[in-house]
Amino acid sequence: MQEKIRLTQFARHGGCAAKIGPDTLSRVLGRLPKFSDPDLIVGFETSDDAAVYKITDDVAVIQTLDFFTPVVDDPYTFGQVAATNALSDVYAMGGEPKIALNIVCFPGDLDPDILGEILRGGADKVREAGAVLVGGHSIQDDVPKYGLSVAGIVHPDRVYKNFGCKKGDVLILTKQLGSGIVNTAVKAQMASAEAEQEVIRVMTTLNRKAKEAAADFTVHACTDVTGFGLLGHCSEMADASRAVIEIGVEGIAFMHGAKEYAEMGLIPGGAYRNQEHVSGLLDAGEVGEVYVDLLSDPQTSGGLLFAVPENEAADMLRAFARADLGTEVSVVGRVLDDSADRPCIRLRDKVEVI
Amino acid sequence: MMITVNAMGDICPIPVVKTKKALGELNGPGEIEVLVDNETAVKNVTKMARSSGAEAESEQLGDKQYRVLITVGEDAAEKLKSAKSPAVQPQGQTQQEAAAGCRTCVGTVVAVGSDRMGEGSEELGHILIKSFIFALTQLDDLPDKILFYNGGAKLTVEGSESLEDLRTLEEQGVEIMTCGTCLDYYGIKDKLAIGGVTNMYSIVETLQSAMSVIRP
Repeated sequence: MQEKIRLTQFARHGGCAAKIGPDTLSRVLGRLPKFSDPDLIVGFETSDDAAVYKITDDVAVIQTLDFFTPVVDDPYTFGQVAATNALSDVYAMGGEPKIALNIVCFPGDLDPDILGEILRGGADKVREAGAVLVGGHSIQDDVPKYGLSVAGIVHPDRVYKNFGCKKGDVLILTKQLGSGIVNTAVKAQMASAEAEQEVIRVMTTLNRKAKEAAADFTVHACTDVTGFGLLGHCSEMADASRAVIEIGVEGIAFMHGAKEYAEMGLIPGGAYRNQEHVSGLLDAGEVGEVYVDLLSDPQTSGGLLFAVPENEAADMLRAFARADLGTEVSVVGRVLDDSADRPCIRLRDKVEVI
Repeated sequence: MMITVNAMGDICPIPVVKTKKALGELNGPGEIEVLVDNETAVKNVTKMARSSGAEAESEQLGDKQYRVLITVGEDAAEKLKSAKSPAVQPQGQTQQEAAAGCRTCVGTVVAVGSDRMGEGSEELGHILIKSFIFALTQLDDLPDKILFYNGGAKLTVEGSESLEDLRTLEEQGVEIMTCGTCLDYYGIKDKLAIGGVTNMYSIVETLQSAMSVIRP
């Protein structure tokens, strides 16, 4: 019997759960010299998703890079997930992906056809995004890794930043949460077939439609929810916006089985690192421990989190429904204050929003 | 009863998988100590224990050495017993998979409920079932189990023309089980020539946990 290669066995941490912890990152990045340029619209000081540089009054270029270790066993699916995740950073800035380059690490003794499948999965997603894939760079490494560097364009006045949310804004998330936990349950062979199919479907859904459907609305802030989990990305938003964000945990869409698996302890280590990172900003109130775990779960190729004015939120939800995103959209919470001395995130069971 | 689970050096989610397996093996009230080397594992093992109704306490023994002590009381033991799934291990599993004690741990099961295949001519039916069992021996991916019940029980006893093929299958690790009630009913229990005897409870469990079931 031919032994089937299981890609996830090469990786200690899969997908965005492989991200270096936020505490470690901010410590290291804090020591780097600051670059400044009048045309640099978004740099890394606000921990945003990509760099944005103004070329003319009408065009800014977005540059981003993302890659990780296998989060699923099937090579083609892994390629799709990694590419969807990398392209997402461009959408999170409000842009349109144009050029993509492959980044590949692959063991020399593994069947090259596996690499071929990974690249095919990535190429198919780049094509679906309407961008072009033009080569890349590969090195030999014991642990397979794959991702893209993507360049996109955006109008300089329509750049979505991960801060700037205003008092009264409603927070809307375009994908259900739980990919880190469900992927852990898949690894433990405790996930249902339904949960496994759902997590793959969610991770391979481009944020393109969500970004396009949002174009007609006022977006005060936007980010994609990935390795730092919803809480981590909300805390970046709150911190940089001096905001108080209230989250209603019962209104959030989670993947099938995610809550059950979290209660069983199928939680990636990244979730606990994220909890530590946000602990200074977090008021968890009376919500169950399982919600703190779910909200700090590192997402691989997660959805877009929008902060939009209250009077546009209902229309935006309808626009997402019409756009048929293929994922579950939910209202996460609201912004209570945008000039707080101490930015924070409050968790409540329910938040009255719309 | 006290079980020690050594999950030192294991990365997420293996410590949880091993703990779940140990909880299943306890078979009554008792204690499980789980040794792990990272805090994520401490938290996750504690959650696994508590979600099973057991109590858990942890302590740090040294640098990168932790011990989670799980106490399973009467109530938790009952709960675990009723939730327990059959501990069947198919071939070709990795150690990791085997440790998972998963719900879907039986791959393909062949359920033979008659000594004939299909409706129509009885004689043709006998020829077809013999040929079906021979064809099973030729598969690249052998089934994990073959269950024989009702008239199917006549295929595993002395005088069956399929015995040689069944032996070939058994030698390659295929588990062969015949329904005991059925052997009794036909008065051929003392003639069973291959495999073991099973009951309706395990038949149901096996069929339920199978990834796929083939009925000739």
